[in-house]
Amino acid sequence: MAAGGGIDPIHQFHINPIVELKPFGVDLSFTNTSLWMVIVLAVVSAIMIYGSSQRSVVPGRLQSLAEMAYEFVASTMTGVMGKDGLKFFPFVFSLFMFVLASNLLGLLPGSFTVTSQIIVTAALALLVISIVVIYGVVKHGTHFFGLFVPSGVPGWLLPFMVLIEAVSFLSRPVSLSLRLFGNMLAGHIALKVFGGFVVVLLGSGAALNYAIAPLPLLLAVALTALEVLVAVLQAYVFAILTCVYLNDALHPGH
Amino acid sequence: MPVRSSGFVRQGWLLAVGSFATLVAGAAQAATPGLSGEKASFPPFDPAHFASNLFWLAITFAALYWLMSKVALPRLGSILEERADTIGRDLDQATEMQAKAEEMAQAYEKALGEARKNAQGIAQTARETGAKASEAQRHATEAELAAKLAQAEATIAKTKVKAMGNVRDLGSDVAVAIVTKLTGQAPSASEASAAIDQALTRG
Repeated sequence: MAAGGGIDPIHQFHINPIVELKPFGVDLSFTNTSLWMVIVLAVVSAIMIYGSSQRSVVPGRLQSLAEMAYEFVASTMTGVMGKDGLKFFPFVFSLFMFVLASNLLGLLPGSFTVTSQIIVTAALALLVISIVVIYGVVKHGTHFFGLFVPSGVPGWLLPFMVLIEAVSFLSRPVSLSLRLFGNMLAGHIALKVFGGFVVVLLGSGAALNYAIAPLPLLLAVALTALEVLVAVLQAYVFAILTCVYLNDALHPGH
Repeated sequence: MPVRSSGFVRQGWLLAVGSFATLVAGAAQAATPGLSGEKASFPPFDPAHFASNLFWLAITFAALYWLMSKVALPRLGSILEERADTIGRDLDQATEMQAKAEEMAQAYEKALGEARKNAQGIAQTARETGAKASEAQRHATEAELAAKLAQAEATIAKTKVKAMGNVRDLGSDVAVAIVTKLTGQAPSASEASAAIDQALTRG
């Protein structure tokens, strides 16, 4: 379909350099991904910093939005980790807002979804896991590895349990990054495919095709609504799983 | 609820930036011209862009983290804290004022009770004074009337005595005249007087 005139569902994920930048032979070009990362940064900063600049006791709309985001993340974190988990608050908050803004801005027609790049979600997931491991080891030393030894397991079963726990721990960054990446990628491909159906049906010239052309359009509209839900939900899932993993580093005994 | 990043998180950032740099370098190595030359590769999996993506992600995410942790979140935290303080203070004030109002109501209630008691006392005294005054007046009038009655009785008695004296004189004259006519001789005045007295006492 790529040759058929711009309805290639993969086309939206192509990375095109805007400013070529190759220091020491490494390609660090400012691409459309980079542009949308900067836009995400600008939008989140605008809401959070400009929104809170009035410092009013009775908040306006933008300040309410900023406060809602603040209190939502704070209450989610205290719910999962307790009060002492709030030392990670700026990190989890930035992560949540970055992923949320990327997902939602990616739904705008003609935009680029930063979180549809596996390298981005993988980097964020690795960042989370490295913080978990480093904090856990620094704070609790070898006690942190008690995470892999479930209590109340008979001795002969212990090696297997440790193996399973280790595998599940190592698969965390993989599942964390793939979940977000897969959701974003699949959603955008599905949207593009249904949109492409409309174009193909209208372009074919047959009367019957004109008649059924609105059906994929309706589906695309419904899918867009679903994608908004998915965008918010995946950002929330990413944040809450980060909290759960950080909780392991904070309280490895549980 | 002001949230400050701990020293660990700050150190962790340096580590994270370091590991990002390593990742970027690794990705750059993977993106040799031979690999990225394949046109058919699926763009999200194309290692040619990994280095650039990681580089800009590191920059934008670090900037976002810095802006959030240094500017936005402390500010929002202080706004929320201030609001909680304001609400708490207002509530305290309201409770205080309510207590004051209740106190005033009690004081008013008390004053009202006292005033009622006073009014009752005053009415009682007034009633007693009035009763006493009218009693005294009645006594005075009665005494006056009694005096007048006594005076009248005395006058009556005096008049009666006088009248009785006149009657005796008249009687004795008549008796003397009758005796003189019957006997033809006038009795002495002392005889006549004794006879009349005898007759008067007989009734």
